[in-house]
Amino acid sequence: MAAETTVTAPAQSEPGQHGLVAHSDGGSAFVPVQTRSERFTSTSVDDFAQVTGLEFEWKFTPFATIKHLTTDDLDGSPTAFSYVESGGATVDWIDRSDALIGSAGAPEERASANAWTRFEKALHVKVTGEAGEETVIRRDRFDGSARAAHVVIEAVPNSKGVVILENSGSANLSENVEIVVGDNAQLTVVTVQEWDDSALHLSSHFARVGRDANLRHVIVSLGGSVVRVNPSIHLVEQGASIDSFGLYFADAGQYFEQRPYIDHVAANTRSRVNYKGALQGEKAHTVWVGDVLIGPHADGTDSYEQNRNLVLSEGTRADSIPNLEIETGNIQGAGHASSTGRFDDEQLFYLQSRGISEEEARRLVVRGFLAEIIQQIGSPALEARLSEAVEAELVRSQAVR
Amino acid sequence: MSVLTIEDLQVSVETEQGTKHILRGVDLSIGEGETHAIMGPNGSGKSTLAYAIAGHPKYHVEGGSVKLDGEEMLDKTVDERARAGLFLAMQYPVEIPGVSVSNFLRTAKTAIDGEAPAIRGWIKDLDSSMKALRMDKSFRERNVNEGFSGGEKKRNEILQLELLKPKFAVLDETDSGLDVDALKIVSEGVNRAKENTGLGILLITHYNRILRYVKPDFVHVFVAGKVAEQGGPELAVRLENEGYDRFLTGATVE
Ligand SMILES: Nc1ncnc2c1ncn2[C@@H]1O[C@H](COP(=O)(O)OP(=O)(O)O)[C@@H](O)[C@H]1O
Ligand SMILES: [Mg+2]
Repeated sequence: MAAETTVTAPAQSEPGQHGLVAHSDGGSAFVPVQTRSERFTSTSVDDFAQVTGLEFEWKFTPFATIKHLTTDDLDGSPTAFSYVESGGATVDWIDRSDALIGSAGAPEERASANAWTRFEKALHVKVTGEAGEETVIRRDRFDGSARAAHVVIEAVPNSKGVVILENSGSANLSENVEIVVGDNAQLTVVTVQEWDDSALHLSSHFARVGRDANLRHVIVSLGGSVVRVNPSIHLVEQGASIDSFGLYFADAGQYFEQRPYIDHVAANTRSRVNYKGALQGEKAHTVWVGDVLIGPHADGTDSYEQNRNLVLSEGTRADSIPNLEIETGNIQGAGHASSTGRFDDEQLFYLQSRGISEEEARRLVVRGFLAEIIQQIGSPALEARLSEAVEAELVRSQAVR
Repeated sequence: MSVLTIEDLQVSVETEQGTKHILRGVDLSIGEGETHAIMGPNGSGKSTLAYAIAGHPKYHVEGGSVKLDGEEMLDKTVDERARAGLFLAMQYPVEIPGVSVSNFLRTAKTAIDGEAPAIRGWIKDLDSSMKALRMDKSFRERNVNEGFSGGEKKRNEILQLELLKPKFAVLDETDSGLDVDALKIVSEGVNRAKENTGLGILLITHYNRILRYVKPDFVHVFVAGKVAEQGGPELAVRLENEGYDRFLTGATVE
């Protein structure tokens, strides 16, 4: 039986535990970078220049709205959450001096570095079971104040599990999520954004995938004002693989951004990236930037990334940019696809010719379009719940139309 | 007695070269339980007739009428026509990603009947129709037409015909691309639907072959956007032997 536990914030974090090593490559933020691997990284906010909003990594984002998350002294104290426990994982808070911190990556931009600099304790989920059990972390107690957070999800070697971050309520949050997948482990991480309409959420995920290990990473963004989740996945050992999925549905005025970066470091690594989005309503805006880097030692890489957007009304904007950098000649395959389109009239005609009303036909087509991602999540309960959530989005946005 | 009456139907389509007039005054009357074969050369407007009856938005009606038991169909939306009792088995059925056959069929059945079918009876009907059409049960969970072979798509069309029980069905080259075995299976499905519901059929075909299995009461020769000649089943035999040449000479082709 899964038990629901509420974890309150721990007592004051111990002072003087800031012994972090900056994962900087010694460069400077002002040097224009040529390849993704040469981008400047640092865990300290002061190492980054102030952001203007014109930089490539910010140019789509409604920057004025979230600028404070790159500049302000964010509240980094732990926020209470609740979780549904499974036998196969433990959940606790760890100090920022813990050796795990920084083991999956380091910030590439200022909002991420700001959160890293300010967080006091990290929420730590440790998957040890081998049965693929599910741990659901419900984060619904953020308030409107500007906050920093840090999460570490760790799957020990040979383990198998599913960790779901369910985000709802208000948020004014910049955070980093580290994901460490041990050798031969199989980990699924799902982050679901069903925030209130005014929520601001900037999230950088860093994953380090070990030898013969697999990470299934899923981003679902349905609610919030500005939601940006950027996963950087480092396939650092032979045989490591990533299945990266995204699903978003932007209504009027919502801005959802995701920039998956797949870093093929080791040989014989495999990546599949598939993001699908629907847009409906005035000024619904989505951004997908998919970077795949196949490094000089990543022989035998097999990679494919795609992003498809379905535009349901006038006045929306979907940006979709795939980037592929290949530094070795000896790969198995690397491909990408990107498309943004309207309803297929022939599909609607076919459904309507079977008596189905236009409105319901549209719903079927959108639901079908997004179902491809939902079916990949690997948690039947969450899949069912998200199908309903997408349904509710459709009903709501059609009522507006 | 239901009747579908098409009178002086004129239809055009917008092309890059401008408006193209395809149907030039089609007259046809189909009674309940009757099978009318429409035969004609490629490009004569057979599919256009089928689409215009069903209400495809690309085809503009310039004049004429299509009435089901006296009620004008041309004023209705595509789904309203289907709910009134019209059905079109498409020449090229489209794929609908992410929508399972069973979900699609149940949604369509609910829309046509105005209420959800009783679960047990529905599953039984679905099972027996699929079995008769030699469709494996696994098709129920597959996405509509996705990855189906040409023959499987056509069988899926006839499955819908059997389950949705329309009053009149237009079958647009349902026989094209089928081997003899598949043709027999599909024809049996059409005949079952006819026996069970008194379906009236407009059977569009390029070949005589299907008429051995689905017996027509009337044959209409379609040339250059209208009916050029009509007769009984013997006309199909004559067409098979003589071809369409006789009709083409003198026909206005623009
Ligand atoms: N959507 C369309 N756009 C442009 N031309 C069309 C379209 N549909 C049909 N036509 C043209 O109209 C004529 C009749 O086509 P069609 O009805 O498909 O004939 P059939 O089914 O008898 O082969 C052909 O010349 C065809 O190219
Ligand atoms: Mg045709």
